[in-house]
Formats: sequence, structure tokens, C-alpha cells
Amino acid sequence: MVDYSENLIEIRDLMYSRGARVIFKDMNLTIKRGEVTALMGPSGTGKTTLLRLITRQLIPQQGAIFVNGVDIASLNQRDLYSLRQRFGMLFQNGALLTDINVFENVAFPLREHTKLSNRLIRHVVLTKLHAVGLRGAADMMPAELSGGMARRVALARAMVMDPDILIYDEPFVGLDPISMGVIVRLVRRMNDALGITSIIVSHDVAEVSTVADRSYLISDGKVAASGSPDELSAAKSELVRQFMHGMADGPVAFHFEAPDYAEQLLGRDSE
Amino acid sequence: MKGLLRDIYNNVLEFVRTFGAFQLFFLRIIRHSPRIVLRRPGLVIKQIHNTGALSLVIIMVCGFFVGGVLGLQGYSNLARFNAEDSVGTVVALALIKELGPVITALLFAGRAGTALSSEIGLMKATDQLSAMEMMAVNPVRRVLVPRFLGGVVAMPLLVAIFTCTGLFGAHVVAVDLLSVDVGAFWQQMQLSVDIKDIREGVLKSFVFGIVASLLAVWEGYNAIPTAEGVGRATTRTVVITAISVLILDFMITAVML
Repeated sequence: MVDYSENLIEIRDLMYSRGARVIFKDMNLTIKRGEVTALMGPSGTGKTTLLRLITRQLIPQQGAIFVNGVDIASLNQRDLYSLRQRFGMLFQNGALLTDINVFENVAFPLREHTKLSNRLIRHVVLTKLHAVGLRGAADMMPAELSGGMARRVALARAMVMDPDILIYDEPFVGLDPISMGVIVRLVRRMNDALGITSIIVSHDVAEVSTVADRSYLISDGKVAASGSPDELSAAKSELVRQFMHGMADGPVAFHFEAPDYAEQLLGRDSE
Repeated sequence: MKGLLRDIYNNVLEFVRTFGAFQLFFLRIIRHSPRIVLRRPGLVIKQIHNTGALSLVIIMVCGFFVGGVLGLQGYSNLARFNAEDSVGTVVALALIKELGPVITALLFAGRAGTALSSEIGLMKATDQLSAMEMMAVNPVRRVLVPRFLGGVVAMPLLVAIFTCTGLFGAHVVAVDLLSVDVGAFWQQMQLSVDIKDIREGVLKSFVFGIVASLLAVWEGYNAIPTAEGVGRATTRTVVITAISVLILDFMITAVML
């Protein structure tokens, strides 16, 4: 399906709640083809939930999400699966299959969806593992990997089908500075060289700023601000300033709602 | 009183709902099964190894001792009527019709069922099932169906092995230790064990295989994705399988009489 429109993903008037808790309300968001888009926001704003909505692991109560102009809620399972073959997703914890080794994990989508020869699969898998620097770990089991290594293997697996859209859920957490630099460059390079559209969920402001073309700051179930990283850094809004510069005081409370501190410590209950 | 009635009503409703969902789940598994058997037999064979071959030691050890104790009890009670030659018959009928399928199913629930539930539950808790969904691979087809089929194939084989080692155990105790005549032991058995008895045992082993495997994958798939949730699902697998197997055993026996 070739679609030359500029917007790859459009979210319109999205409403999603879990029990009584409203997570998104009247949310509108656009992800442009070929760009690296970052979704940022304080913890607990539902960034991961938004990714799950975009990939239809969850279905919104109201509103619609269009991918390539198609409302994904209307897809049957076969169409959904053929759409998902064009997605690559990197989960927060890697989500590698623990009963097979690193090589087979990366080969998994190829073995499931293609009839490529073992020789070709070997070439493709080793190329992808080399790109994340773990060609030497091909025979290791997922349990033997560190958190950062597991994430890099998962990235190789997400890339192996050469997807159109790569989704990263907190890709920078737990990476050492060297791997982080390599991964950031890899994200950017894949985007530019292969024309992939990337979506990054992160609250790592500094790293995101180096790689993202456009950032959305999500707070209270809505898009609070959007723009290039420079625009966001320069924004006047208190919320944006607090988040981008990591200040404890501001519209977003650091403390979860609680009774008065002194009263709780000195009150009768403390005995 | 009103509160009590409402609780009962809610519980019954919940039970009916869960039972309905369970049946739909069964149909889903069955629907995907032919494709997996035809296109990916390797996945099923791996699971037959996991659930069947890896349960062999426990099945054989337990079979041997169950047969042995049956030989011992049979001998000491039959000897009162000078009928110790019939010990082979007693042991064979008990093992083939009842104890073989039932004890194997209970051991299967404890050894393989718990392994299946916790494995699937942990795959869910660590996003492995979501990751498969995202790779456009249906986890029901790729993960649950091969495990279910593996259990269904393994159970009758395990029952057969359990029964055989049980007979061997009885032979060791009755013939080698208690000096029952070896000819009488086997001949009496041959005369009184009918093909109908064997058919009953085989039917039970298939039914228990389906029930135990289905419950194990169901509990794992529906586990709450936390450490506690997976633990609870594993326990439920054993408890519910045991209860279901014993109730079904009674029903099949009643129908086959």
C-alpha cells in the first residue's frame, strides 16, 4: 500500500480510560512520515499506553487512530497482522523469547513470516546483530544478557523485517554512555538512510533532543506542547520549562497526593 | 440474607461466564490445531518432549511403587481367601481402568501442567506474548496450541508407560518377593482383562490429556501478569485439574459400566 500523504499516523479526539481513571481525553496528535517523533512526559502520563493504542494492542473508547489513512479499529485480524508486519517495536524490557537463543530471537520474525533459506536468514540476522554490536553474542541465551544487551538484541529483532515504522519504548534506559551514543546514532541513521518513521517514548530529555525532529509533551491526558526540541527548550510555558529543565517545583507535583507530612509523622497513628 | 443471595448470584454468574469463556478458548485452540500439526509439527514434537519425555522418570518411579503396593495389598487380602493367584488380575484391572489414567493425570498436572502454566504466565508477564502480537504472530497459535497438543499426545503414552511399570512393580513384589506362581499371575490376568477394560483406560487417558493440558494453558494465558499472579495460576492448575480429573473419572466410569 503506497501512500504519499505526509501524515503517517493521526490520532483524532482520542479518549481512553482504565476503570474510573481517564488516561487520555480529546487527544490529537500527528506523526509525520520519515521523521523521528518523540513522545515525552512525566511518569504515569500513559506514554506506553499510547504506544499500545497506536499498535492496537488496546482499543480507544472514543476517537480514532489512523495509520496510513486507515482507521486501525476497523481492521480485522488478518489486516491488522499485515499492518503489524510493517511495525517494529522495541519493548521497555526487551521482551526477548527466553526459550531460544539470541540468534533465534532475531531470526524469529523471518522464520514466522518468510520462506527464506537458512543461509539467507543467517546473513540477515548477523548483519542486524552486527549493527547493534552483538554479533558475538549470537549463541547466548537471553538470561545471560545484561539489561542493556537484551534491549540491543530486541532492537536488532525489531529491525530485522525492515519495517516502515519503528517504535521505541524507553530505548535509552539502562544503557551505558557508549551504547547509548551508538544507539542514538543508529536510530537517526536508520531513519535517514532507510526512510523509516520512528516513534520514541522517553523522558530522557537530553538524548531525545539530539535525535528527535519533533517532540510531543504529554501531560494530563493531552498534548501539552509540541515542536522541535529547540522550540520546546525555549518554550515559555511553566510545565514545559519544568519538564525540559528537570525542576522539582512547577505545575507537575513531584509528590504523589498524600496527607500532610508533619501531621502524619506526629499524629496519633504514628505511635 | 439479601447480601448472601447477591453474593451467591454473583459467584454463579462469574462461574458461568468463566466456563463459557473456557469453552470458547477450547474452540479457539481446536480451530488452530490442524494448521500447526500440518505446517509446524516440529513445535508439537518439542512440546511432547517437554511434557512427555521429561515426565518419564517421575511417571515410571511412581508407577513402579503404585504397582508394588497394589501387589502387596492384593496379596495380603487375597491370601485370606486362598486366592493369591488372582493378584495379577486385581492389579491389572485397577491399573488399566482407574489408577493408571488418574494417577498419571495427577502427576502430569503437578509436573507438566505447572511448568506450562508458569511458563506461559511468565511469558505474559515479561511482554513476550505482546511482543509476538507485535511481530504479527498469534501467540495462541504459536505458543498455546503446540503446548496443548504436546500434552494431549503425551498423556496416553505416559498412562501406558505408568501402567506397564506398575505391572512390573506388582510382578516384582508378588512373584519375586511373595512367591506367587508366575504362570498363574499372568494367566489369570490374561483371562480376566478384557479389551473393553483397556478401551476404558485409553478413553480416560485421552480425556484427561485434553483436560489437563487445556487447563494448564488456560490458567497460564489468563494469569495476572505479576509474580503473585503467576504463582496463583500455577496452584490453580493443579487444584482444578485434580478436581476435574476425579469428577470426570467418576462420570466416565458410570457411563462405561
